[in-house]
Amino acid sequence: MPESFFDKVWNQHVIADLGDDAFLLHVDRHVIQETTCAQAFKNMARDGRKTRNPELTYAVIDHVLSTAPGRTGDTFEGGREFVHLMRANCAAHNIELIDVDHPWQGIVHIVSPELGIALPGATLVCGDSHTATSGGVGAYAWGIGTSEVEHVLATQSIVQRKPKRMRVTFDGKLAPQVYAKDLILYLIGKAGISAGRGHAVEYAGSAIRAMPIEGRQTICNMSIELGARAGFVPPDDATYEYLAGRPFAPKGRDWEAALAYWRGLPSDPEASFDREIAIDCADIAPQITWGTTPEDVTGVDGRVPDPAAAPDASRRAAMARSLDYLGLTPGQPLEGIPVDVVFIGSCTNSRLSDLEAAAKVARGRKVAPGVRALVVPGSASVRQAAEAAGLDRVFTEAGFEWREAGCSMCVAVNDDQVPPGKRCIATSNRNFEGRQGPGSRTHLASPASAAAAAVRGAIADVRKLAS
Amino acid sequence: MEKFTAVTGIAASFPQENIDTDAIIPASYLRSLGSDLGAGLFARSRYGADGKDNPDFVLNRPPFRQSRILVAGANFGCGSSREAAVWALQRFGIRCVIAPSFGDIFFENAFKNGLLPVILPEAQVRELLSYLAASNDPTLAVDLEHCTVATPQGRSIPFAIAPARRAALLEGLDEIGQTLRHGGEIAAFQKADAAKRRWIHAREQGLVASRARAR
Ligand code: SF4
Repeated sequence: MPESFFDKVWNQHVIADLGDDAFLLHVDRHVIQETTCAQAFKNMARDGRKTRNPELTYAVIDHVLSTAPGRTGDTFEGGREFVHLMRANCAAHNIELIDVDHPWQGIVHIVSPELGIALPGATLVCGDSHTATSGGVGAYAWGIGTSEVEHVLATQSIVQRKPKRMRVTFDGKLAPQVYAKDLILYLIGKAGISAGRGHAVEYAGSAIRAMPIEGRQTICNMSIELGARAGFVPPDDATYEYLAGRPFAPKGRDWEAALAYWRGLPSDPEASFDREIAIDCADIAPQITWGTTPEDVTGVDGRVPDPAAAPDASRRAAMARSLDYLGLTPGQPLEGIPVDVVFIGSCTNSRLSDLEAAAKVARGRKVAPGVRALVVPGSASVRQAAEAAGLDRVFTEAGFEWREAGCSMCVAVNDDQVPPGKRCIATSNRNFEGRQGPGSRTHLASPASAAAAAVRGAIADVRKLAS
Repeated sequence: MEKFTAVTGIAASFPQENIDTDAIIPASYLRSLGSDLGAGLFARSRYGADGKDNPDFVLNRPPFRQSRILVAGANFGCGSSREAAVWALQRFGIRCVIAPSFGDIFFENAFKNGLLPVILPEAQVRELLSYLAASNDPTLAVDLEHCTVATPQGRSIPFAIAPARRAALLEGLDEIGQTLRHGGEIAAFQKADAAKRRWIHAREQGLVASRARAR
């Protein structure tokens, strides 16, 4: 029977059929971050349990850190407890920690593919909802809760019910200044934030095949905003080229064996899916959100929609609440709405190619007066590569802050926050109320669009600046 | 894990759709193991800018301060994987959430902690919401043994749940303990799998430390 990529990967990992649709799956790679594993280690200490396979466990610190230049794990007071617990727990469990000052430190989902921790056809879990980012290199990767983190630490396995299979096909050529971020936002806008619930999503089509691996990571990253725990692009030559030589990628004979195995993973031509969505990329404009869920999105040349036109009362109420929260008026053009803060960073958009796209817009221009603009590389490696290419100078000369790697302003667990009532264009993935700090107003966009907003001091159509 | 058999108590209405886990427990409560999660539940809507109770928020109004059950709109608990969303609900006293659908990770996290997520069709959730809005005794009884949600007037709505999930809740099973009994199978799997995918299992430790020193 023809099988999809997902079927093949799933079958490879079944340890036991537990009945009632539940299976025990092997976890090939477990990546932990400081905020969601602390309670798990505490429970393990209480119950006298050990980490079963520390060599399959990777640890990073990213969320509760300051990103101020020269920071240490203690710079942000409020994060110290978790930083220190992380060090103590990793030492006690013999888990290697990529610590705050390590040259590989970074956001867990940036680091996993970058270091070759994530591999095609491997199962990878992390106590973090954006774990599907590693699907960009063809891993079956998904986010888990803290109880599951504890379960994986203790057993190197996880109890799962098999999700349904969805395929999203992106075909066609992208217009200038349209990026992976615009594609995934457009998809979420069309399909809605619960379209992927209960599904594992395969991204396919000519636009995905033509897309560099970093862009595929951006697409997979926002699978959870589509409602899906997992999203992936089955591997191809671009994947192998990306992974070759990465620190934890297989070497020598292992690499050859892996390659032969990986080549058999893509979906068979006749494979079937429970749901299919097709997107034509040719007509997609740079996207920007206007509400407080990622499905509230439109082209940057669009207008704030009118709740009165909503299909039902509950949608009408939700839209009205969003517009009220964001201080927007129905019918208002999005372009030109003044912004206070610009955040270029997060596991969605903080790789080298993201910074390059933003730098192209920023080069030779200045951040508008009164705007605070931050560039936060996703990892120390990205930061170093960007500095080698001179991007840091492009940003600092334009008036952007050039910061250390971490989650930063994506999530209000550290000291990079958007002040109450202030409007931020962010390259991250969530525009929920208060996500970037109490009262923060968020609009999601691509790095190029964010840079355009920084220099204009307002939501801007990057296509007009680029010409 | 805490056992769950049944709960009868005040049910509060959260009719909005897509209530995300950032709303259930804001990030500022996620920086310490010692955070008062019960106080943090829905903190952004529950308290005013001055830190005082927002009188319009449902859980601040009697009798809903004693809520044991929530009835919510679709896609409850979407967004971040934070299990603290479940813990915060429990610390407050909530034992069961009824909604047309849930975020996948929240749904899983709920079962792991003995918080019962009940899925009912949209129309029945709406019926419960109107009942709660109109009633001066906004209580519900949720019975996991018989898989029903009932009003004091005797209206009883059946719900479906995977038998294994139900059994685990009724018995308060420790899932890790259960899986550890499969230890032999896990070891056998790893051995056989390493023969096929050596690169998955063959990692030697030390690379992280060596790179740190090399800097
Ligand atoms: S960058 Fe944001 S979304 Fe990504 S892991 Fe960090 S907090 Fe989560």
